Amino acid sequence: MSFDASSARGDLILTRITKEYGDFKAVDDLSLTIPKGSFFALLGPSGCGKTTTLRMIAGLEEPTIGSIHLGETDITTTKPYQRPINTVFQNYALFPHLTIFENIAFGLRRRGIKDVDAEVNKVLNLVELPHLAGRKPTQLSGGQQQRIALARAIVNRPALLLLDEPLGALDLKLRRQMQIELKWIQKEVGLTFVHVTHDQEEAMTMADTIAVMNEGKIEQMGSPADLYDNPETAFVANFLGQSNLIKGTITGNDGDSIIADLYGQKISLPKNRSHAVDNSMYAGIRPEKFRISLLDTPVSGNVLTGGRIEDVSYIGVSTQYQVEMPWGQELMVFEQNDDGVAPFNKGDAVNISWAPVFTFALRGDEDITAGSEVTPEDLDEE
Amino acid sequence: MSKKIAEAAAPTISPVIRFRRWFGRNLIRVYMFLAFTYLFIPVAYTFAFSFNDSGKSNLVWKGFTLSNWQNPCGAPEVCNALVNSINIGLIVTVFSTILGTMIAFAIGRHKFRGRSTSNLLIFLPMATPEIVLGASLLSLFLTFHINPGFWPTVIAHVVFCISFVVVTVKARIASLDPRLEQAAMDLYANEFQTFRRVTLPLVAPGIAGAALLAFSLSFDDFIITNFNSGTVITFPKFVYTAAARGIPAQANVIASGMFFLALAIVLAGQIVNRRKAR
Repeated sequence: MSFDASSARGDLILTRITKEYGDFKAVDDLSLTIPKGSFFALLGPSGCGKTTTLRMIAGLEEPTIGSIHLGETDITTTKPYQRPINTVFQNYALFPHLTIFENIAFGLRRRGIKDVDAEVNKVLNLVELPHLAGRKPTQLSGGQQQRIALARAIVNRPALLLLDEPLGALDLKLRRQMQIELKWIQKEVGLTFVHVTHDQEEAMTMADTIAVMNEGKIEQMGSPADLYDNPETAFVANFLGQSNLIKGTITGNDGDSIIADLYGQKISLPKNRSHAVDNSMYAGIRPEKFRISLLDTPVSGNVLTGGRIEDVSYIGVSTQYQVEMPWGQELMVFEQNDDGVAPFNKGDAVNISWAPVFTFALRGDEDITAGSEVTPEDLDEE
Repeated sequence: MSKKIAEAAAPTISPVIRFRRWFGRNLIRVYMFLAFTYLFIPVAYTFAFSFNDSGKSNLVWKGFTLSNWQNPCGAPEVCNALVNSINIGLIVTVFSTILGTMIAFAIGRHKFRGRSTSNLLIFLPMATPEIVLGASLLSLFLTFHINPGFWPTVIAHVVFCISFVVVTVKARIASLDPRLEQAAMDLYANEFQTFRRVTLPLVAPGIAGAALLAFSLSFDDFIITNFNSGTVITFPKFVYTAAARGIPAQANVIASGMFFLALAIVLAGQIVNRRKAR
């Protein structure tokens, strides 16, 4: 391949990409930089445009507007085979008429690499399946096929490896094991991985940086901890884990803190976790950050009083409570079963407390159900 | 209690019920046996009479001989007709397979104006009665001052064989996962290499099946051939003409030979497939 795009290296830069299918905008004015060497995840529900974005990076689709650069090289309109980018397809797409060895050797042979045998054997050892070289893809289990698909891609040492829901077809236990292996292999070979998934847990386990996508746009981008602890929108707050969102009003400042009023009760939260644009806001607290106490127990931090326990479910590591507040909202509380304290009972009158640093604030005009109806398990591939 | 009832009940099952149960369990085997008997009696008859010491007419069993098999070309014209049929069949197979495969790829893989119309039109030669197709082809050839013979027959056969090739190959293309071709492109294969290394090998079994089908359709055809072949005698034409004065036993030898050859090809295909799957 004498094409100069094939030797391009560096950060992947998407600039103002839009992809339209008729009237439908699959991707809407998206800009994104994926640093070289990182493990990057595009996370979002079905139909959010993440797979379309991946296909445009691979060269299988062309953007309607916008450009894609790899380092200094513009690859927007180059053919898939002219890009130093390889893909692990959702259903693996192993060639059924070729042996495992020939499947892996496919890219090397097309590029005229000399020492095919050594390269293939090296990568077969990396995925720990050297004994399967002579088999056909249909004779392999799902997990083995997954590893061969990975081997077939990384043997080419691409500048960028794209993974399209690569673990979607595996059962839960195998998926967990492959998540750890993928992460290890990424460190081992030092390639840039771009991983598309609708499984928030998978994205958080593996990726250094996650971009949460919704309706063709990036909602928020950051490290897993950033996104979880400091979501900027209701969609992110609900799509990554669960959140309690309580309507309130910002009433003042106190140094680095903001003072807010939630149905007549004062709380404080760090300024850098507020994404409100005016006085109206939603205070967000993750269920495991709440602590429940009986009315007469002294507590510190933020406190909301007047709760009543509506429902108790014991699930082993934790107990989940539904607590009804005086304004009618039910809050979710996860208590670890580690302190030997007798669990609370249905009907107990309680206070809810938490440390102010665990509070985030969203704009007051947010749709607080965004992202919550879609549970990752319900979603099919796009 | 229940054990006692079972013991008491067991001997009272009547032979009629037992037969019914046996019949119910084995119905599919009985049916299969009858169906295969029905299908294979003509083949068995043809094979048996290829050993008939027949002389002129091969209608009555006159005694066993191997001489027909030792000298299959013994009867006048029979091998000439066979060679004509094989020649026509091979040429037709090559042309109809190449043209039909190309049409199948066009219809199966590309969107163009008139695609659905072509899809429909390709069925027409299959649906047209052979007698109509044969007669109209003949009048077409005569209009263009082409005399019936070897090449008009080839052209006529290609006309109806193409349809069968298109349908067979198209089915195979439709079952092909487009992601395999995308994967090939992703792995540095350009359009031609993708076709040569991935698409073609995966569609090949369909093309091979279509070629075999085209050959057997051409080899077998009588009606269209009879209109367009003029003085060229093909094997079906020979058998038809000979039927008036008695089909020589050599025709049975050739027919049986073709049958076993086809059987051998199918079996070989099965064995190869099993090997591949293992």
